[in-house]
Amino acid sequence: MPKEQANWSPYDNNGGSCFAVAGADYCVIAADTRMSTGYNILTRDTQKSVNYKCVMASSGFQADVKALQKHLAARHLIYQHQHNKQMSCPAMAQLLSNTLYYKRFFPYYSFNVLGGLDNEGKGCVFTYDAVGSYEKVGYSSQGSGSTLIMPFLDNQLKSPSPLLLPARDAVTPLAEAEAIDLVKTVFASASERDIYTGDKLEIVVINADGIRREYMDLRKD
Amino acid sequence: MFRNQYDTDVTTWSPAGRLFQVEYAMEAVKQGSATIGLRSKTHVVLGCVNKANSELSSHQKKIFKVDDHIGVAIAGLTADGRVLSRYMRNECINYNFTYESPLPVGRLVVQLADKAQVCTQRSWKRPYGVGLLVAGLDESGAHLYYNCPSGNYFEYQAFAIGSRSQAAKTYLERRFENFADSSRDDLVKDALMAIRETLQGETLKSSICTVAVVGVGEPFHILDQETVQQMINAFEIVGEQEGPAAEPDAAAGQEAAAEQGGSTDEGVAPMDI
Repeated sequence: MPKEQANWSPYDNNGGSCFAVAGADYCVIAADTRMSTGYNILTRDTQKSVNYKCVMASSGFQADVKALQKHLAARHLIYQHQHNKQMSCPAMAQLLSNTLYYKRFFPYYSFNVLGGLDNEGKGCVFTYDAVGSYEKVGYSSQGSGSTLIMPFLDNQLKSPSPLLLPARDAVTPLAEAEAIDLVKTVFASASERDIYTGDKLEIVVINADGIRREYMDLRKD
Repeated sequence: MFRNQYDTDVTTWSPAGRLFQVEYAMEAVKQGSATIGLRSKTHVVLGCVNKANSELSSHQKKIFKVDDHIGVAIAGLTADGRVLSRYMRNECINYNFTYESPLPVGRLVVQLADKAQVCTQRSWKRPYGVGLLVAGLDESGAHLYYNCPSGNYFEYQAFAIGSRSQAAKTYLERRFENFADSSRDDLVKDALMAIRETLQGETLKSSICTVAVVGVGEPFHILDQETVQQMINAFEIVGEQEGPAAEPDAAAGQEAAAEQGGSTDEGVAPMDI
């Protein structure tokens, strides 16, 4: 007897792309603001990133993204009450990984990048899969446009091979303004060919002065 | 004495209809160091006397932030207070998670009171030995509540609990009618004056007291030592002869408590309090 199939799925893919790049003393995190389902657009103005001391940008199933963000917000508040300070980026990175793995057998359909400054003020980016496998990298992208974005970044940012010893730092030598330009170029390109990426780009920049947000328009088709 | 026959456990009534264990728990509150609270229409101020056991130790934390809009000051068994503030923090976080809005103070206070009541009706538990002054802001304005170990709670315009609190209560009773329209700074000044009343002649310095404020547009936070000392000096609350000398005293205070500004720990020899 053929196996019975479910007639509905608890997941949906709301599309979109997100991306982060780490610099010597800054970190840039970007995500588009389009939320879609199938071939339809649900909204052109959703927010896929959330701030603490570091910024997490996610794409995938927005309901799971939102639930994950709320969960982390609550844990972050508890941490602040207990330790009297905000969670550092590496600490948040581990917490996110554990939170994702906790639901290993009914995962958050959320593909995340986490960006911030480490304890020395250097940029750091962590990239995740849906069940919490994570890695500290110099740059990463997730979401529907990642297949278009990643190869371009690999070419432009020339990340050192992870097999080299001693381990080379993947942080880019680009200046902050150049990195932001790169982000804008990359998303403009991705919007051309990925139907799920577009509308507006939200760029979040973290540096020693704090966190700031910028917006840029993308193709609306 | 007569009282001792019926006070062995909390689930035994006395012939006069009293639960002595609960009343003894309220005595524990009176043993704690003084804590005061007062409110206006837009702000609530909590203050407490914070004395370290010895020169070598840091002082107990008596004021806790529960959420951006709620804070609590305790008197009595501080360990019980710490546990209850953790409960309050969790309740606020869970409510916010579900309803995406801040937990109204009145609701939190009722939950706290119900939790305390449970301990008065179980033979394997004991009442919490701590009184809580809960300060908070919600849609209906600024609130100050007092939660007792008995499970009762009351709303106040101003109140004081702990040892020598009667002096502070007398001061507050004289002045409370003006509080509703007080400015934030005047409210803090009144709080410091009330704390001074409980010190009975001892010099008021920022190293022996803690003050916290919550108000419209101002999330709950504990004022740092320098700010408090400046306010003490500005209002000339300190006794006349100590006036200008009080500032270097406070700057050399020996607190190691995390929430105080770290800048004052300069490694100067501890002053006696």
